[in-house]
Amino acid sequence: MRPLPLLPLQLVLGGFLARILKRNPGLLDRLGDHRRARFGIRPVDLPFAFIVEAAPPRLSAVRELPPGLDAYVSASLANLLALVEGRVDGDALMFSRALTIEGDIEAVLALRNAIDDAQLDLAAELALLLGPLGEPARRSFELVRDSLAGSPQKAR
Amino acid sequence: MELICPAGTPAALRSAIDAGADAVYCGFNDETNARNFPGLNFSRDELRKGIAFAHSRGARILVAINTFPRASSVALWQRAVDDAVDAGADALIVADIGLMDYVARRHPGQRLHVSVQAAAADPDAIAFYVETFGARRVVLPRVLSVSEIAQITREVSCETEVFVFGGLCVMAEGRCSLSSYATGKSPNMQGVCSPASHVAYEETAQGTTSRLGGFTINRFAPQEAAGYPTLCKGRFSTEHGDGYIFEDPVSLDATTLLAGLRTAGVAALKIEGRQRGRAYIESVVRHFRRALDTMEDGSEADVGSLKPFTEGQASTVGAYRKTWR
Ligand code: SF4
Repeated sequence: MRPLPLLPLQLVLGGFLARILKRNPGLLDRLGDHRRARFGIRPVDLPFAFIVEAAPPRLSAVRELPPGLDAYVSASLANLLALVEGRVDGDALMFSRALTIEGDIEAVLALRNAIDDAQLDLAAELALLLGPLGEPARRSFELVRDSLAGSPQKAR
Repeated sequence: MELICPAGTPAALRSAIDAGADAVYCGFNDETNARNFPGLNFSRDELRKGIAFAHSRGARILVAINTFPRASSVALWQRAVDDAVDAGADALIVADIGLMDYVARRHPGQRLHVSVQAAAADPDAIAFYVETFGARRVVLPRVLSVSEIAQITREVSCETEVFVFGGLCVMAEGRCSLSSYATGKSPNMQGVCSPASHVAYEETAQGTTSRLGGFTINRFAPQEAAGYPTLCKGRFSTEHGDGYIFEDPVSLDATTLLAGLRTAGVAALKIEGRQRGRAYIESVVRHFRRALDTMEDGSEADVGSLKPFTEGQASTVGAYRKTWR
C-alpha cells in the first residue's frame, strides 16, 4: 500500500488549527507561557504523526516525530479526538495506560486544560471551515469518529 | 446532603452544575489555592461570570483560598479574599488562621468554611475556628472513620463536609512535606503537590517510569494501571521487596457509605478533582446525584461505575471504614 501523501493533510489540518485558535482566544490564554511549545502528537494506530504549535499556529504531518520537541503525546486516534472534544478525562486515560506523555509535562497539562475549557466540537468546526461542503463533511467526520471506537476510554 | 463539586475551568463549572451540583468549588489561577496547575483555574472575570451562572441556576460557588500565605506576600492572599467576596462568592474555603482572621475582620458577613488543608480533626480544634472566626462549616480530613465523623458532628456547632470521591492524601492534610522534599514545592505553600514541572515520564520496553524531582518513584508495566506521580504513592525497594509503603495508587469512593454519612449528620459531600477534565466532572457528579436520589427512594446505588476514573483503576473507602488504628 502506498503511504498517504502528507502535504494535503498538513494543509487542511493546518488551516483547521489556525481557525480553531482564532475562534477560541481563551485557549492561548490558558496555554500561557507554553503557547510556543512544540507538541508531538502521535496517534498510535496511524502511520503518521503531527507536530503542533499554537503561537503562531503551525501544524506539520510527519512519518516519524523528531527528537527535541517540547513534549510528546501518544494515544489511539479515537482517544486523541475524544480528549480534544473533552469526551474523556486525560488523567483517566493515563491511569488506564491508554495515553502516554513524555517531555515537558507542564506544557502538556496546560494544553489539556486549555482544550478542555474550550469545549471544542471538531465536527462543527470542520463544517464551518468548509462552507458549502460543511454539512456533508460534518456528517462524514462524525461517522468516522463514532466508528473508531464505541468507548474511547478503553481504546488502546 | 449537599453535593459539592470541583471545577478547574469555567467549562467544568458549567458541566458540574448541569450534572446536578448543589455547589461548585474553584480557585484563582495563582498560588492562593491548592490546585495551582498550569492552564487551570479562574481569572477574576471568569469567577464573576461563573458565580452569575451558578446563581442563575440556583447553585452556589465556594472559593478555595486554602494555601498558607508566605510571610513576604500575604497581600496576594488578602487580595484573593477581597476579590472573591467582591465577586459574590457564597463561601470562602480557608486553611490559614491569619487569613481566617482577615476574613472575619474585613468581611464579617462572609460565610467561611475551614479547608481540609487546616486538618481540623477534633471537636476542640473545630470549636476554635467556630468561636474565633465564625466558621460555619469544616471540611473534615480524610483520616476519620464514619463513627468518628458522627461523634465530631454531634459535638461541634458548625456543619461538617466530607470527601466522597477522588484522590486521597494519605498524610495529614496541610502538613505533608513529601512534595517539598522532592521538588521544593508543596500543596500547602505553592498550591501544588508533585508539580508537573518536576515530573518526568520515560517510556521503555519495561513500561513507564515516573520520576519526581529526579527521584524515580515508580515503574508501571505496559498494561498495569497507573496513578499520580506523588511520593506517597511511590513504589519503594526495601529489604522486604518492592512495593507501596504509604498507599497504593487508589481513589476514594464512598458511594456505599452515603446512608451512613447522612445518619452521621454530615451536611455536605465533596468530590475531589479540580484538576480533572469535564468528562470526569460530568460522570462523577451525575453518579453521586443519582446515588443521593436513589438513597432517598431506598433503591440500590450503582457501585463500581466510576472505576475508569480512579487512580490505579481501584477504589477504597479509605479511613471511613477503618479496621486499624
Ligand atoms: S505527597 Fe501524597 S499525601 Fe502528600 S500532599 Fe501529595 S498527595 Fe497528599
